[in-house]
Amino acid sequence: MSSREDILHRVRTALGRPEGGPPPAPRPVRLRIPETSLESRMASMIQRIEALAGRVVRVPTPAEAGAWVRRTVAGKQAVVSQAPFLAECGIRDSEDPRELRERCAAAEMGITSADYALADTGTLVLLSSPREARLISLLPPAHIAVVPCNRLLSGLEELFSVLPDPAAAASSMVLITGPSRTADIEQILVRGVHGPGQITAVLVG
Amino acid sequence: MSRAFEQKIHETLADGRLQQAIYTATGRLKDSRLAVIAEGVLPDYQELRAHANALKKHTIDHLDYYLEQFERNVEARGGRVVFCKDATEVSDFVLSLAKERGARLIVKSKSMTTEEIDLNERLEHHGLESVETDLGEYILQLAHERPYHIVAPALHKTRYDVAGILTERLHVPRETAIEKQTAIARSVLRQKFLAAEIGISGANFLVADSGAVVLVENEGNGRLTTSAPRIHIAVAGIEKLIPRAQDLATFLKLLARSATGQLLSVYTSFLSGPRRAGEADGPDEFYVLLLDNGRTGLLDDPEKRQSLYCIRCGACLNACPVYRKIGGHSFPWVYSGPIGAILTPQFMGAAHEPALPFASSLCGACAEVCPVKIDIPKVLLELRSEVHRDEARRKQNRLEQLAFRAYAWLMRHPRAYEMAGRVAASLAASDGGGGWVRSVPALLNRGPVRAWLSQRDLPPPPPRSFRQMWRQR
Repeated sequence: MSSREDILHRVRTALGRPEGGPPPAPRPVRLRIPETSLESRMASMIQRIEALAGRVVRVPTPAEAGAWVRRTVAGKQAVVSQAPFLAECGIRDSEDPRELRERCAAAEMGITSADYALADTGTLVLLSSPREARLISLLPPAHIAVVPCNRLLSGLEELFSVLPDPAAAASSMVLITGPSRTADIEQILVRGVHGPGQITAVLVG
Repeated sequence: MSRAFEQKIHETLADGRLQQAIYTATGRLKDSRLAVIAEGVLPDYQELRAHANALKKHTIDHLDYYLEQFERNVEARGGRVVFCKDATEVSDFVLSLAKERGARLIVKSKSMTTEEIDLNERLEHHGLESVETDLGEYILQLAHERPYHIVAPALHKTRYDVAGILTERLHVPRETAIEKQTAIARSVLRQKFLAAEIGISGANFLVADSGAVVLVENEGNGRLTTSAPRIHIAVAGIEKLIPRAQDLATFLKLLARSATGQLLSVYTSFLSGPRRAGEADGPDEFYVLLLDNGRTGLLDDPEKRQSLYCIRCGACLNACPVYRKIGGHSFPWVYSGPIGAILTPQFMGAAHEPALPFASSLCGACAEVCPVKIDIPKVLLELRSEVHRDEARRKQNRLEQLAFRAYAWLMRHPRAYEMAGRVAASLAASDGGGGWVRSVPALLNRGPVRAWLSQRDLPPPPPRSFRQMWRQR
């Protein structure tokens, strides 16, 4: 008997379940989505990110987001994702023949958009795609995410109601809540242990 | 109580600095948790717990179904599921894959499941380099120690301890500033991430309806482990399943709050299969190793089955007055605290440390803080009675062994045998006067002898033994 058969057999025997029998439906999913205004979501997003020592910049138009990012990046090595919203803001990657991974490892900043943001926790949600690489928000010591404010959801529960199965969308979805941190030595908080120690959300609109 | 258990406890109690460290760290985690589950912050906390408990109960009660559903969905996304009965099957799989792919360097993110099966040691024994990348776990790997706490593995180490470990093992100048120590680890491990061919992670949840592995962490080493190397292997206990991705809205709200007092951990990764066509990066190969290692043994008993609901948040450790005095290394296995006290005897057998289920005052603090409402004190009581049953059985066996040894000796010593026969005859005869023997003198009439005689009578002893008759023939 293979280990697979053996384990499944043990499980069924112990539980007294016939082979392949579907279970009764589990409890209905619990998603309580509060009614919130954009302004209150925005206020919460800003408060949460700042509480985590992240930074929030709010600009009214994509063009201004582009201008802000260019000023911030000036003189630094940055990697920019291919997200369509960044193109809309006029934020483009520099010409660089090196491989993405090598560039991310060397860059001082990684610039991405985000598919959603969660107001009640200050979270950025990034789905991997041909245009959004995982490593840009991970390897450089600073991460800037430029997000249109219509992607600002109230929280986790709303995320899972608009995206009931993230696996259908991408091989990876990551929820980023503040800068990388550790408190493994004497419970002293240190930021930027493996991921970016600085995080900036540029909220547009 | 084993000597090792007792000795570790005494050492910990006698170490003032360690007492202070455990007390402060668990106290801080405890307070952080209280702040984010407070009525004003999370009014539906109790409802969420009840919901999480019901979902876990449902999943474990129908585990075979969810295992197969998970397997189908992982494979539909191009990943592979491997069922492993024990530690050897896990390490054999990793070793043969590494050999086939020519891999030598493995990066690992924090996982209690791989601690449970000593995966690093097994891989390193076969010449692979397997590096822990969570800061605390990395320090402990360098120091050759096991985690002190489920979520704060190095809580017993001071910055001075860490300075010594880094200097000795990495040959870097002594550094006692925590930020700089972290930077040293970051730069050493960054090179490992970029060079490793295989990344091994654990899993906080396995999502049946999407075939996804969910990882929760703060440092980013989990993301690097699962994104940078070409191959990602997740090792997870079979109990980690939840039915639907949407159930994460419940579990994620509870996990970080209970573990560290965060609303969400910094990184929550939802990983389903290898990189897809066109995706910019991610691993080319994706494996999920589903580990039994004793877990199916807990399913028989509906009461003890709930031990498998655990989501490894560590809240019960911080709440436990016993853990807060005796610390993590006093516990005889990788899982410490109240949850360790119920998992260890069930995974390793009660004989592993029979005193363990008794190392609790049954105050109930653990059950009160458990986000999935495991009734730990109740399981502890069950395990206590099991230990007692085992002991009673063993004691009886000891008496039986003694009796047989005495009998064997008697059979080899004719004079003693004859003497014993005479004594036995006189004892029996003194009672019944030639009739059936129904009892023996009070001194002997106890324990198994009494039990035996309560149901049976002995024939009266003959007036003369065979030996006497032979001599007088």
